[in-house]
Amino acid sequence: MTTVFNVEYAAKKIIEAFPDSVAVVVKVAVVVNSNSLYQVAEFLKDTSGFEFDYLNNLTAVDYIDYFEVVYNLNSLEHNHSLVLKTRCYDRNRPVVPSVISLWRAADYQEREIYDLMGITFEGHPNLKRLLLWEGFMGHPLRRDYL
Amino acid sequence: MEKGSPRVEIGKPKNINPDELNVAEAARIIQLKESSQQPLPDPDNWLDEELKRNVLVTTVDAMLGWSRRYSTWPVNFGLACCAFEMIASASSRFDLSRFGMDIFRASPRQADLMIVAGTLTWKMAPVLRRIYDQMAEPKWVLAMGACAISGGTFRESYSVVPGVNRIVPVDVYVPGCPPRPEGLVYGITMIHEKESKSSVAEIRGHDQRHS
Ligand code: SF4
Repeated sequence: MTTVFNVEYAAKKIIEAFPDSVAVVVKVAVVVNSNSLYQVAEFLKDTSGFEFDYLNNLTAVDYIDYFEVVYNLNSLEHNHSLVLKTRCYDRNRPVVPSVISLWRAADYQEREIYDLMGITFEGHPNLKRLLLWEGFMGHPLRRDYL
Repeated sequence: MEKGSPRVEIGKPKNINPDELNVAEAARIIQLKESSQQPLPDPDNWLDEELKRNVLVTTVDAMLGWSRRYSTWPVNFGLACCAFEMIASASSRFDLSRFGMDIFRASPRQADLMIVAGTLTWKMAPVLRRIYDQMAEPKWVLAMGACAISGGTFRESYSVVPGVNRIVPVDVYVPGCPPRPEGLVYGITMIHEKESKSSVAEIRGHDQRHS
């Protein structure tokens, strides 16, 4: 059985490594600032004891005040899981660093989020619409679409 | 033979000259040869009656309709959940082979019937149209399920075609979400009826809007 990694402990370790990176710790997830997301992701992937080598899922939620991008991380090594989140408040130009160089699985998922939610993933090599066609107006999974 | 059972003595013919046997055999052969100079007639008089009963007069239309009806090959093409019911219809329990539809053709060039099984999105629509255009005439289209008929639950969606009849002309609609294989089989028998009623002279009224 996959065990859930202790969120408090993970947050403490992340803050030790990168002060000012963690925005808030909620019950199930560590929410980090989007500008330090890449370093934190790299840290979680490569540090022994964490070794989150597997990106299970990558999705996004529109809370109207902000977008939240959700990373479900797993470790095949230790069989534990962690939820990492980041928020972007700029509705007109939400930007999050791409994690495709850490986990290849992020490729299509980031394109899907870009397509349906309109969040730009900086550093993605091929950020095109995935499910809709080029020239489609708007991003249909946004709460204010239509 | 069981062990120890008494041996059966094969009796030899006694007091018979082998030459006499040879002469007798030769006589039989010569007699048979003389009486066999003409071939025997084949026993085919039973055919006369069968032929009398089986020469039918028909039309080219009926003949073609009949053959099309019993060899309607669908194109191998599924879009969403309905496709699984289509697959089930083709496999052993429902067994579409009963209607001469054994083979789902992987190439539209060899197919007569397109079963649009599932939700059609606008991104997929050009592909559907192309596959339809690649099929050789005469061809039939069956819209399977609520999504193919009208867009179904996704009718108001930004990405779903509200009814495949906006893309290709549809011959038979099979409602359901998804339709049971029996429903699909019933729809296919209606296609068969259409096929057997169609005429060679008739040019099927397919719209040429997109092609
Ligand atoms: S009609 Fe129902 S079962 Fe068929 S594709 Fe649509 S949602 Fe799926």
